[in-house]
Amino acid sequence: MISGHLLSAEDLTKESALGLLATAKELAAITDGPNKKLPTLRGKSIVNLFFEDSTRTRISFESAAKRLSADVINFSAKGSSVSKGESLKDTAQTLQAIGADAVVIRHSASGAAKRLADTHWIQAAVINAGDGTHEHPTQALLDAFTIKQHLRSSENDLTGVRILIVGDILHSRVARSNVILLTKLGATVTLVAPPTLLPVGVSNWPVEISYDFDKEIANCDVVMMLRIQLERMNDSFFPSAQEYSKRYGLNSSRLRKLSKSAIVMHPGPMNRGLEISAESADDLKSVIIDQVKNGVAIRMAVLYELLGGAPIGAQR
Amino acid sequence: MGVLLSGSDIDRAIKRISHEIIEHNQGISNLVLMGIPTRGAYLAERICNFITEIEGSVGCGVLDITLHRDDLRLRPPKPILPTKLPQGGIEGKDLVLVDDVLFSGRTIRAALDAIGELGRPKSVQLAVLVDRGHRELPIRADFVGKNIPTSISESVKVNLKELDGEDLVELLK
Amino acid sequence: MIKISRAKLTDGRVVDIDIENKVITKLQTSTGKPTADAIDAGSKLLLPGLVDLHTHLREPGREDSETILTGSKAAVAGGFTAVSAMANTNPVADNAGVVEQIYRLGKEAGLIDVQPIGAVTQGLNGEKLSEMGAMADSIAKVRIFSDDGECVSDPLIMRRALEYVKIFNGIIAQHAQEPRLTVNAQMNEGIVSARIGLPGWPAVAEEAIIARDILLAEHVQSRLHICHLTTAGGVELIRWAKARGIQVTAEVTPHHLLLTDDLVENYDPIFKVNPPLRTQKDVMALREGLAEGVIDIVATDHAPHPAEDKDCEFHAGACGMLGLETALSIVVKTMVQSNLMSWADLVNRMSITPAKIAGYKSQGQDIAIGMPANLILIDQEKSWKVDKNLMKSKSKNTPFHGTELPAVVTDVFHEGEQVMKNGEILDKGTSQNE
Repeated sequence: MISGHLLSAEDLTKESALGLLATAKELAAITDGPNKKLPTLRGKSIVNLFFEDSTRTRISFESAAKRLSADVINFSAKGSSVSKGESLKDTAQTLQAIGADAVVIRHSASGAAKRLADTHWIQAAVINAGDGTHEHPTQALLDAFTIKQHLRSSENDLTGVRILIVGDILHSRVARSNVILLTKLGATVTLVAPPTLLPVGVSNWPVEISYDFDKEIANCDVVMMLRIQLERMNDSFFPSAQEYSKRYGLNSSRLRKLSKSAIVMHPGPMNRGLEISAESADDLKSVIIDQVKNGVAIRMAVLYELLGGAPIGAQR
Repeated sequence: MGVLLSGSDIDRAIKRISHEIIEHNQGISNLVLMGIPTRGAYLAERICNFITEIEGSVGCGVLDITLHRDDLRLRPPKPILPTKLPQGGIEGKDLVLVDDVLFSGRTIRAALDAIGELGRPKSVQLAVLVDRGHRELPIRADFVGKNIPTSISESVKVNLKELDGEDLVELLK
Repeated sequence: MIKISRAKLTDGRVVDIDIENKVITKLQTSTGKPTADAIDAGSKLLLPGLVDLHTHLREPGREDSETILTGSKAAVAGGFTAVSAMANTNPVADNAGVVEQIYRLGKEAGLIDVQPIGAVTQGLNGEKLSEMGAMADSIAKVRIFSDDGECVSDPLIMRRALEYVKIFNGIIAQHAQEPRLTVNAQMNEGIVSARIGLPGWPAVAEEAIIARDILLAEHVQSRLHICHLTTAGGVELIRWAKARGIQVTAEVTPHHLLLTDDLVENYDPIFKVNPPLRTQKDVMALREGLAEGVIDIVATDHAPHPAEDKDCEFHAGACGMLGLETALSIVVKTMVQSNLMSWADLVNRMSITPAKIAGYKSQGQDIAIGMPANLILIDQEKSWKVDKNLMKSKSKNTPFHGTELPAVVTDVFHEGEQVMKNGEILDKGTSQNE
């Protein structure tokens, strides 16, 4: 069981992560039944505090919270620029006054979730739904869940699973969380990217590094494609979309090189035709829709474990 | 501390309950069992095995009620345990819930809610090894191993071989 | 007349001195007994007042974070008798009017010498030279010019600036930061930044500018000063330049002698500073460089910020730390207690050499008869616990809150007058501008 906050995949032990996956599995089974709604978090208020647009992540958390009967308040701070407008501190204190039990925060600044949890601005449980270029722990959990579902459903962990994470590692919170969590669960991870999109200091990560997608593709069980942000195009991280796509896109010829049982993943939203071809995205190997579905179950599990009991220190 | 039921008492109670269930339901054709974890699940399995022996195969499942408890915010969160539907599901069945001790009745209330998530049985019945009284809700058991009047400050501890190494029901003061 | 008895000098002598008309008029070996009417140093250390070539006093423009008066008090509390105020005020100190205003406000505060630094370029925008000659000719007699906070990144503008200040023997103090390599940079680029996902400020962005400017200074035969050196590679470059006889000097801040980039892990902007905290390897190279004299001086980069500029997410936080009140103690802790430097070396790096670089005639002088009486007494046996709420600065953004530090400044004498007595600042000036 986890408690307090969920800020980083570093907060999870192997045991607590596997516990969340097991809980999510049960919750998924229940919500697959005729009645999707559980009374578990009745009377709890969960605020989706989104400083960045992300409809997908927001509705995933929102439906997770609603299936557990929590009240959901969507606080979209987009446009009300952090620098110009209200500070994060003032926003947090407002949410505290409203009586939020949990804050699901998406913010463009790395560490924003941690600041919210560390300062005394607010007492609520903080769930990091993506902070800048740092982490996105629930995405890693849902990815681990999906990989386990498809490749290791009867085993304990992900030992021996070979995973390629391909694309903009430098700016990817998904990659950071996944590297931490998937290696913790026993998988081996290879990062495939041009050197411009790998952080200086990546040598310290428990991963292999490769610049050559074609060399790696035949020897993996999972290929996880990352989204290329269109604004990177103008920053000389690579010469052109065409060249990027050619070297690092998952096209049909690379798709054919994948082993029989391998699966294709993408955290969404996809740039079809850039990092992933339409054919690859829609192929039978693609588990992208499962990722979305599992996201709800994982977020239910996280909300349940963080909010399902008395707050720490208030137990009888 | 006193022994309320010995191993052989428990064995007899399970056999009697099994017979009563068969009799009450006029056979096993529409019957399924679900045990409430942890010990209720083992008791359900034992009843199921006995019924299978004397009457024929009957479905047995496990029903986790954690998410439906009404005391969630009073205690630390508990891990969710797997719920297992009996073979053939519960839709339209005569479902016998099995638990070790019937006390306030709140667990059973939560169990009735949890069943609602899974489907709509024709009827729900309740079998317990021990009924110790002190009900807080209008709930009663259909099949009882032993009625034991207790004081509210006492507690009843059920030990089962599968978990605790021996079969024994004790009263703890 | 002020008398001080039983003061210990860095060479070990214990002396009694008299101060009259701003100068030391008598100096003799102590009898070992306190003299009547004298301030009894009781074998505390007597040093020339410290000189800081890199201070942000925020006035004019950001009087909510510091004023020249509160900054002067912070300086006195830290044992400084002269500070050079950086030009990134609002309006920018890029003309004679603003530097004279700062100079005058320093006089009114009356606690220390406040010497304005002039901007190299107008509005610090790196495009057109400011009127450095007019600032040099003003009553403030500006000799140090810097766009600190911004790098003079255009090599041609830097060349011209280096050439131009030769007219009045000025010096350009460069904030070495290649802007294109540090777009949106938040912290040192390395293992920690990779892990915690903050955009990196690579060492090479600092070193590339240092290398370029060393070569420019050699080419035009002018004086270059490198502000707040932070990398091991930078130390190497300065060592190389000095061996070639290039007129380059360099400073290091106390915080870069002690703190490392892993402190940023919790995203607390109190550790956000420009240039950023680097690695332990850099810290050790900076200490060695300072001990060796490759790095000439310690300068504080005292940068006060109001609470709201640090009580926020890391990206939104302002760069900078308080420095004046903790500088001496940090240098004692990192350099003297670790036996890398003697107290005499400390005086050299924090008083004599900075005064020499800036051309401050009445500062950083020997303690001898006829010499100006800018002096401080230090209790080297005592330690103190940093409390951000007890700082003399108007701001509280010290990264050392709660830290136990060695050496306590007890008394400060500026131009022969006592401005601090047993830790209490004595109000001497006419300014009420707190």
